[in-house]
Amino acid sequence: MNGTTIQAPTIEYALLSPMLLVFGAAIIGVLVEAFAPRYLRKSIHVPLTLLALVGAFVTTILTALNGLPTVAAAMGAVAVDGPSLFIWGVILILAFICTLLINDDDQFVAQAAAVPGSVDEEEAVRHGYAQTEVYPLMLFSVGGMLLFAASNDLLVMFVALEVMSLPLYLLCGLARRRRLLSQEASVKYFLLGAFSSAFFLYGMALVYGYAGSVDLKTISTAISSVSGQEPLLLIGTAMLGVGLLFKIGAAPFQAWKPDVYQGAPTAVTALMASTVLVAAFGAVLRVFWVALGGYEWNWQPLMWGVAILTMIVGAILAITQTDIKRMLAYSSIAHGGFLLTGVIAIGTIKQDQQALSAILFYLAAYGFTTVGAFAVVTMVRDAGGEAGHLSRWAGLGKRSPVLAGIFAFFLLAFAGIPLTSGFFAKYAVFAAAISGGALPLVIVGAVSSAIAAFFYVRVIVLMFFSEPAADGPTIAAPTVGTSAVVALAAAATVVLGVFPQPVLDLADQAASALFIR
Amino acid sequence: MQSPVEIIPHSSGVVGVSWLMIVLPLLGAAILLLSGRRTDRWGHFLGVAMVLASFVVAVASFVELLGLPEDQRRMGVALYQFIPGMADMGLLIDPLSISFALLITGVGSLIHIYSIGYMSHDPDRRRFFAYLNLFVAAMLLLVLADNYVALFIGWEGVGLASYLLIGFWQHKPSAAAAAKKAFIVNRVGDFGLLIAIFTIWTTFGSVAFAKVFPLAGEASNGTMTAVGLLLLLGACGKSAQLPLQSWLLDAMEGPTPVSALIHAATMVTAGVYLIVRSGAFFEVAPTAQLVVTIVGVATLLAGAIIGSAKDDIKKGLAGSTMSQIGYMMLAAGIGPAGYAFAIAHLITHGFFKANLFLGAGSVMHGMNDEVDMRRYGGLFPVMRITAITFIIGYLAIIGFPLLSGYFTKDGIIETAMEHNQILGWLAVLGAGLTGFYMSRMVFMTFFGKKRWADDAHPHESPAVMTVPLILLSIGSIFLGAFLILGNRFMKFLAPAVGLPEELPVFHFGSTAGLATLALVAVGAVFAWFRYGAADVPEVAPRGSFLTTFARRDLYGDALNETLLMRPGQWLTRFAVFFDNRGVDGLVNGLAATIGGTSGRLRRIQTGYVRSYALSILFGAAVVVGALLYVGNM
Repeated sequence: MNGTTIQAPTIEYALLSPMLLVFGAAIIGVLVEAFAPRYLRKSIHVPLTLLALVGAFVTTILTALNGLPTVAAAMGAVAVDGPSLFIWGVILILAFICTLLINDDDQFVAQAAAVPGSVDEEEAVRHGYAQTEVYPLMLFSVGGMLLFAASNDLLVMFVALEVMSLPLYLLCGLARRRRLLSQEASVKYFLLGAFSSAFFLYGMALVYGYAGSVDLKTISTAISSVSGQEPLLLIGTAMLGVGLLFKIGAAPFQAWKPDVYQGAPTAVTALMASTVLVAAFGAVLRVFWVALGGYEWNWQPLMWGVAILTMIVGAILAITQTDIKRMLAYSSIAHGGFLLTGVIAIGTIKQDQQALSAILFYLAAYGFTTVGAFAVVTMVRDAGGEAGHLSRWAGLGKRSPVLAGIFAFFLLAFAGIPLTSGFFAKYAVFAAAISGGALPLVIVGAVSSAIAAFFYVRVIVLMFFSEPAADGPTIAAPTVGTSAVVALAAAATVVLGVFPQPVLDLADQAASALFIR
Repeated sequence: MQSPVEIIPHSSGVVGVSWLMIVLPLLGAAILLLSGRRTDRWGHFLGVAMVLASFVVAVASFVELLGLPEDQRRMGVALYQFIPGMADMGLLIDPLSISFALLITGVGSLIHIYSIGYMSHDPDRRRFFAYLNLFVAAMLLLVLADNYVALFIGWEGVGLASYLLIGFWQHKPSAAAAAKKAFIVNRVGDFGLLIAIFTIWTTFGSVAFAKVFPLAGEASNGTMTAVGLLLLLGACGKSAQLPLQSWLLDAMEGPTPVSALIHAATMVTAGVYLIVRSGAFFEVAPTAQLVVTIVGVATLLAGAIIGSAKDDIKKGLAGSTMSQIGYMMLAAGIGPAGYAFAIAHLITHGFFKANLFLGAGSVMHGMNDEVDMRRYGGLFPVMRITAITFIIGYLAIIGFPLLSGYFTKDGIIETAMEHNQILGWLAVLGAGLTGFYMSRMVFMTFFGKKRWADDAHPHESPAVMTVPLILLSIGSIFLGAFLILGNRFMKFLAPAVGLPEELPVFHFGSTAGLATLALVAVGAVFAWFRYGAADVPEVAPRGSFLTTFARRDLYGDALNETLLMRPGQWLTRFAVFFDNRGVDGLVNGLAATIGGTSGRLRRIQTGYVRSYALSILFGAAVVVGALLYVGNM
């Protein structure tokens, strides 16, 4: 690099086309907001969003079929490899389903800028306004997720992190009912998100100081060659870890999750609980396996501690929750802990492949189930909107046996009962963790699964074996979209539980070449 | 011995859809149970149609099997893979399983049709057919499965169906108790089977027949003997062999078609199937084989003795069922020389015993559900079809020359005689007893003086009941000769169970055969003098010590009560005490601890974003500190 001419960077547009499609559609969405008349916006946004997601999914498949590149794209900034493509596929399908959920719900505020309870708000509601920016915001966020999971460069990763997060902060504040709670969630998420981003950024700076680069490949080679700057790398690793662990909601950085999940519109919660977790694990794997893979002896003990704490905190705190969304949030924390046991299972190439494949399968399985569960939550309503308090769910099985049955099925999948997708997911990561030598971790995992089973089953007992309350919630007549979401999620949970082999094979295939650098 | 041929994967043709055999009746059961009263009007037809369709699939599979050369007649149908190599589910269509499938669906269809008439006055007829369909599906899964786990699912399924059907008239306390008893006694056997499956899994790392049988010779003799004995325990439970025989007599509380289908023709023979199917294990465990033969002989005598003293026509037949299955067990324990006879006798028994039971049902139908033979007598003129078909079944079971039972039972006796003289002569003695108690039954029911209750107006049953009787009696006449002469059935079964080194030749005048005939004749004549020519008192006389012994089911219940039930109750009481004080204390304490922790931890979640930020800062400090600590170690 001693030439004086500046070479234009080469960009492999074909490889990046899924992301480009999503971002392109998001920008068109913004233009629609600016120029299209209000009454037309939603009918443009919905097809546009769905089309963009389908298009991105198709190009992802085509890329996978064309054979994978062996070097990172865009001058080494974005790694389009097996794991990326699998994660992209999962994110895009989940985002598609979430779009159906967002579309079919009147759960978004009429005018976000209006003060809750004000005359302006009444006005907006009366005119039937809707905050249709939801769709481009969501697309931006999804684009950020795609990049986040595939970035091969800490700087790109940081940008992706922000692209993913900023729209989400906004989306969280757009709930139509209980607006104060929603806005509070939004502000909390924003403040804490910014806080954790600062850690990430600082960690990046320290690692740069150690390795002289933000490129993951260069960092990994520096670890085996540079000596004497150990503290820089150690603190940098810790700080990067804090930023990423915050995003997956690992303890002790989990505090935001229940508050945000509860306050956000449920469709957005579904999006966060599924796709963000998938993307964040993609990024965690890239940082810790690709960049810091040769440094595992130093970060593994820490991850052990975090994983154990996360599983236990998630499972134990879920027990005393009285709000269904908060309970699901804690459940999501615990699942993050189970996934971390797979991250720790790094070792030989064979172990890496097994662990990676297990994590990928887990992410897909958990994503579908969690979207389905939140979709059911949107349907159980009383006068004040969604009936969040668990006591209101008593006897739901008598009033609406099919819906309650499906929800019970999702809960069993969360608990990891055989013949549901959750069983294989857990089985696969725990098996990988055992072969990676983390047996004590698996024991903790099994114990917290048992604790978690208690609160899942408690909800089932509540729904089917309690007398319904006299003024109990009604089941909103399901719209086509919401029913489709529930049906798709239930189908995925059954199929991945009964015939998991095709998806397991796909995950194996995606994991076979591990990450490119 | 010529060993069985390998299993060939198969996915086309009728065999490719042979799972329909199981799915159709299962679907029938699901529809009938879930649809509620709406299907009351036509539900029984659906039930019959499903079993008939299943029968058609079975026949088509059978035809396809026959079309193959002999060394390819074992077809594996892969259905489902759970975790590769761990729990593969598939069907095995071979001569052994298809013989059972034909028996189950064939006799099952006839009994379904018969039940339309028999149950016509019952308000719950639809539910009855649902359970019958459930039974057929489970039984087919049991015999068609290609591994022990699926076999066990079918095994439990038939147990459930049997429980539901014995207690079908649950308003009768005796029926409810009998159902419970059958279930509990079967549990004992089921545990044996379960532990056997566990042992097979730990020894061979698989439960698939195709994988484990070829390895049987490599396991230690001790393991194989243990597996054999545990399988035998399972078989004893299901097939009502000593010492788990006590439930079968009480099981007669169920509607008569149930007794015919489940507790005579099919389910109770599952134990014999299990032993023949697991032949590879038994052949390397001679001790287990010896125990099988001893259990068989003991039961065949015990059943015959019990059958001789019962006045209840169905209980008499139940004793006889025990006894006949004892013969099959005896043959199954002998090894490859006996397998074909065991299964052949099982099939002919399926026909003539179903024939006898349905005949008994027809008699009861005409006699206001009276079961006491002391209140029958002289029924021959009023129900001729029932009587004639019953007598054909009777002649078949006692081994009247040239009828079904003659060939198959004689085959067993001859083989046993060659194997072990003592066992052989005891089997001959059993045949003599059979001659006595079956003749007693026929004389008390159809001949002699009328001892009817005052309100009894016996009449012949409708055609829907008599036609199945006629069809079954035709099987009772000809099937035995067809199967045994020229070793036809033995050669047919060979791909599944192998052939003995030398094929047996059927002698019409062998010593054992003649001795059997003579003893049967003595038994029949003795019965004629006591129950045909002499008057039968309407109230049973006290009888000798031996009679009481037999009437009380050889004190089986008393034995169970003292040996098992009382200590069992004490054990339960102790377990409950321990559970309440020890386990619950621990569990509740643990739960309280976790709940308390949860409640306390929850308070950290204050809702203030500043404290969350603080916790993040604190966490970050810990993370950095920990990494520095580890890195500098």
